[in-house]
Amino acid sequence: MSPVSTSNSRIVYDSLKACGIRLMSALPETWLVHLIRMAEEDAEMTLVRLAKEEEGVGISAGAHLAGVKSAMLMQNHGFLASINGIVSCAQLYHIPLLMLISYRGEFGERDPWQTEGGGVTEDVLRALRIPFSHLDRADQVPARIADAQALALSANKPVALLLCRNLMWEEGG
Amino acid sequence: MKRLDPLNAIYSRLEERIVVTIMGACAAELQSIGHRPHFFYLQHAMGLASSMGLGIALSKPDRQVVVLDGDGSILMNLGGLTTLARYRPRNLVHVVFDNQSLLSVGGFPTATATGTDLAGIAAAAGVPRTETVSMLDAFTRAFDEALGAGDLTTIVAKVEAVGPAAFVTDLSLLENRFQFARAIRS
Repeated sequence: MSPVSTSNSRIVYDSLKACGIRLMSALPETWLVHLIRMAEEDAEMTLVRLAKEEEGVGISAGAHLAGVKSAMLMQNHGFLASINGIVSCAQLYHIPLLMLISYRGEFGERDPWQTEGGGVTEDVLRALRIPFSHLDRADQVPARIADAQALALSANKPVALLLCRNLMWEEGG
Repeated sequence: MKRLDPLNAIYSRLEERIVVTIMGACAAELQSIGHRPHFFYLQHAMGLASSMGLGIALSKPDRQVVVLDGDGSILMNLGGLTTLARYRPRNLVHVVFDNQSLLSVGGFPTATATGTDLAGIAAAAGVPRTETVSMLDAFTRAFDEALGAGDLTTIVAKVEAVGPAAFVTDLSLLENRFQFARAIRS
């Protein structure tokens, strides 16, 4: 059994659906496995599996201009790999962009290779002036996702939600 | 051929379709022929025009989408060709104007100048229809065949490394963005 929380992934997924999200781009990462599978099994959702996360910015921008609400699922290292697209496409053209970013490399991380990205994620979000919040408690997830999407749409800008270990990972330690 | 020649040749077809272009010469030249509300010029974010085209094509399956790309841009997003092929939007025609250089930043040669075959890369990525053309009549035929085929096509058009004197036009980026969204949503 994967220690990734199926029930909390379901809450996240259903909250995205409740906001009208009908297209998701994703690059697989451990914490996202259930979310990606849920998107794959949902006939109402268009799932676009990427080769690299920055493509997702272009895909979401195209979907938005065409009137379809979308979200990006990625690891924080994927967010770091997407920055020019976020700045030069989504911010330059005032595109609402809902980014769900698995927050690897924070307290509790046991994979040494994740730790450097974890240390810079919030600073980079602030430097880019991207509003962000943490998803770390299941009961807060629906409202926080709805609020993030509301701001993305009203401000026409990217917003980020950090998927935290407490929410996504059920194994202790 | 010069890029302006194929643009002129297919302009009447573009007028009936959703068009996404890359920045620089391609955007300025299409505008010089005539801007339309359903033309979008991605004036930065090199590499993402093809990804934007995919997002639009998946969201608007009943409309044909034409992406006017360039060698320097697609070389920044070769992985995106695999994504394009994977989802195979049958309503997308992907034209790559290959002038073998980064014209707008001084004309430095790209890898296609030393033999990189973009149509070959697209085909190997899984794009079902690919072709390289260097003459105007061959380009026009390939483009019309792609529109009629109803399948994802990448056409690499070899063009001269020349462009307009200036790249900035009087169409502001945000004006273009909001006008385009309104036009293609309706």
